[in-house]
Amino acid sequence: MSLQDKYKALIEAANSGVSDLRIGESEGVLHIQGTAPTAEIKNRLWDIYGSIDPNFLTGDVVMDVDVAGAVAGSKVEVITESSNLNIRKGPGTDQPIVGKAAKGEIITLVSKANDQWWLVRTNDGEEGYSYAQYLNPVG
Amino acid sequence: MTIKNLVPVLLLAGTVAFTSCKSSVPDAEVKSKVEAVVTSGVTVDVKDGVVTLNGTVNSDADKAAVEAAVKALDAKEGVKSVTNNLSVAAPLPATPAPEINTADADLQAKVGDATKDFPTVQATVKDGIITVTGEIEKAKVTKLKQSLDNLKPKKTDMSAVTVK
Repeated sequence: MSLQDKYKALIEAANSGVSDLRIGESEGVLHIQGTAPTAEIKNRLWDIYGSIDPNFLTGDVVMDVDVAGAVAGSKVEVITESSNLNIRKGPGTDQPIVGKAAKGEIITLVSKANDQWWLVRTNDGEEGYSYAQYLNPVG
Repeated sequence: MTIKNLVPVLLLAGTVAFTSCKSSVPDAEVKSKVEAVVTSGVTVDVKDGVVTLNGTVNSDADKAAVEAAVKALDAKEGVKSVTNNLSVAAPLPATPAPEINTADADLQAKVGDATKDFPTVQATVKDGIITVTGEIEKAKVTKLKQSLDNLKPKKTDMSAVTVK
């Protein structure tokens, strides 16, 4: 079965809900990139993907879908598992920690250093870089 | 041998030729021969040597190729005619090509950050492929995969990961 057949439901969902969509096959891996309008739609895509390939063990898809609305000056929610989110002096885990934000806290996105590291400011005025995977744009 | 003696022989030969012309190969046998030459996703039905193809292929070229492969099995193999009901799958939407990061050093540095909160797994990078080993809780699998896919590697190989 071709990758397109196997992941038909995922491709269709991405087609109907994701903007700036980029889909392509390369060396036996299906790449899906784009921007979802909400975190719910992004999560739905991951649910579909996980139902086709449980625990993502096959590795024949690389999906990088971010969430729209994460623009400079907007609010983002801290979505760590349980712990506090580290705020660092620079973009990298080798950088010293200059502050922390609690799970569920709404903080401000100042700018994006890159896809992985965003400059944020807490309500206490602490400013530094946090890992973008733990930040969710809020409407 | 006299002419008289020859008649039953000729009759017999005629009967054999006649039956072989009609259908000498059982449909089930034809079906398995045809199934051996078609691509996956194609279903085969055979009735009295008439082969019907159903299913989906990726392109018009594939559709024609499958039909040609089946027709290459001639009447001797029991294929009398082919009915091609194959449909062609909608092509991938015409989107810009996805970006792929194949710079191992860059990926390796980012993988360190991405897996920092998953101390029970190890991730290595080679030829643009992130290979993950170790074990992880079910609840964290999606987050780990999202973190690694976010780096746009060629592939995220988690086949060796044990999910608890």
